[in-house]
Amino acid sequence: MQVPAPVDYERALSLDHAIELLERYGPDAKIIAGGHSLLPMMKLRLLQPEVLIDLNNVTDLGYIKVESNEMRIGALTRHSELLESPIVSEHFPIISEAERVIADPVVRNRGTVGGSLCQADPSEDLAAVFSALKASVVLRGSKGTRVVPVREFHSGPYSTVIDPGEILTEIRVSLSSPCGSAYKKVERRVGDWAIAAVGVVLRVSNSRADDVGIGLTAVGAEHYCAYEAEEFLVGKELSEETINECARIAAENCNPSADQRGPVDYKRHLVEVLTFRALGKAVARCKGGSQ
Amino acid sequence: MNIEVEVNGVGYSRDIEPRMLLVHFLRDEIGLTGTHWGCDTTNCGTCVVWMDEVPVKSCTVLAAMAAGHSVRTVEDLEQNGTLDPVQQGFMEMHGLQCGFCTPGMMMTARWLLDHNPDPSEMEIREAISGQICRCTGYENIVRAIRWAAEHSGEPADKAGEVMA
Ligand SMILES: Cc1cc2nc3c(=O)[nH]c(=O)nc-3n(C[C@H](O)[C@H](O)[C@H](O)COP(=O)(O)OP(=O)(O)OC[C@H]3O[C@@H](n4cnc5c(N)ncnc54)[C@H](O)[C@@H]3O)c2cc1C
Ligand code: FES
Ligand code: FES
Repeated sequence: MQVPAPVDYERALSLDHAIELLERYGPDAKIIAGGHSLLPMMKLRLLQPEVLIDLNNVTDLGYIKVESNEMRIGALTRHSELLESPIVSEHFPIISEAERVIADPVVRNRGTVGGSLCQADPSEDLAAVFSALKASVVLRGSKGTRVVPVREFHSGPYSTVIDPGEILTEIRVSLSSPCGSAYKKVERRVGDWAIAAVGVVLRVSNSRADDVGIGLTAVGAEHYCAYEAEEFLVGKELSEETINECARIAAENCNPSADQRGPVDYKRHLVEVLTFRALGKAVARCKGGSQ
Repeated sequence: MNIEVEVNGVGYSRDIEPRMLLVHFLRDEIGLTGTHWGCDTTNCGTCVVWMDEVPVKSCTVLAAMAAGHSVRTVEDLEQNGTLDPVQQGFMEMHGLQCGFCTPGMMMTARWLLDHNPDPSEMEIREAISGQICRCTGYENIVRAIRWAAEHSGEPADKAGEVMA
């Protein structure tokens, strides 16, 4: 039987209360949102916090809204809510396509967007998605609020720049940038973590790419990002040739490790194929093609 | 700590350890053993219950987190001796063999039909994709849920007959 080690429980009744509780208990306390990454780690004794601060009753942290030409997603928004959101499906196929293949529908009822980003699992799908979208996160602590680009938020496997006293409250995505986006993932079976996955966001003018975001997950890419491939494509004509070359560069520059999901060369191959396909889909969407 | 949880419309108050998982609270503290406990790893789905009207895997929710919230388990499907069409569908279409996965399958199926009364086979397969059955090969589970979809508006006494 797997159960967490003894732990204390505190229920946050508001965001300020949660911050106050974090302050009171210090680094031995952990926020629990969906708990679908934290509780499994506690069952395995990979983490042994002394106090859990339950964020689930701070319901005003669950929302998806448009403000200042940005889509703003509250940290407590569940995966299932993101998947069902009309704002998301209208503007960001990359998010909808990723959500459809994150875990399974019952897990998606519980896991949260904020928890996904803070967990910083090297195979997290939303980390690659929000990296491709060049989104930012809002962090709040007793000393104030700061806005950090997602590409500076993750500092390595399972680590972020969040301070122990801070809470991620919101994710912000600009509504003006993308004109086409897509997400492609290969997993061993339905609901599993990625063997490799690629998210692409494009803005095109005069059939040239003038803004490119490429996010990668499960393949050791720094900040879940394919910088070299992005740099290559910016300003280029979007032809089959350039897309092919961009995919090759993404594969060459990522850093997968061999594990039970496959050897290094297989994962690299997947990155190349998935980048090519995601770019193709995003280009078609820019041209007003099929969803 | 003391928690109060509403389960199937009844309030329960218990002293528990904060680390207790909801599945163990339901089974061991209040004796509702219909909810099964299988993989422990959020993968098999036999522990699915509703919390605030939404299906969740109760092996990955703390009982403390359910305090002040409402939980619905498989025991609540049958009402006054009348089976829920989902339960009856599992009987009619042989939707179970050992029955281990069944409570979770039924709770997810009931939720699906409440939100999508006429699901396609693919929609049913997607809905139960986080739940594992080691016996049936899923085919009869899908048929059972389709059966329930097709017989949902029927008079209650038909289901009562099967019970008797
Ligand atoms: C069976 C299964 C399959 C899965 N498959 C996938 C998959 O294919 N792809 C994928 O990307 N994910 C997958 N997941 C992970 C799932 O998406 C998790 O729900 C998610 O990673 C964590 O969200 P959570 O709300 O449950 O976080 P929690 O477990 O509650 O928290 C995770 C961490 O973040 C911290 N935290 C949470 N919220 C905040 C906040 N607002 N501010 C500061 N810190 C916070 C916690 O302290 C903890 O350290 C899977 C999970 C399971 C159980
Ligand atoms: S026991 Fe909860 S998912 Fe298997
Ligand atoms: S009937 Fe045996 S596991 Fe499903």
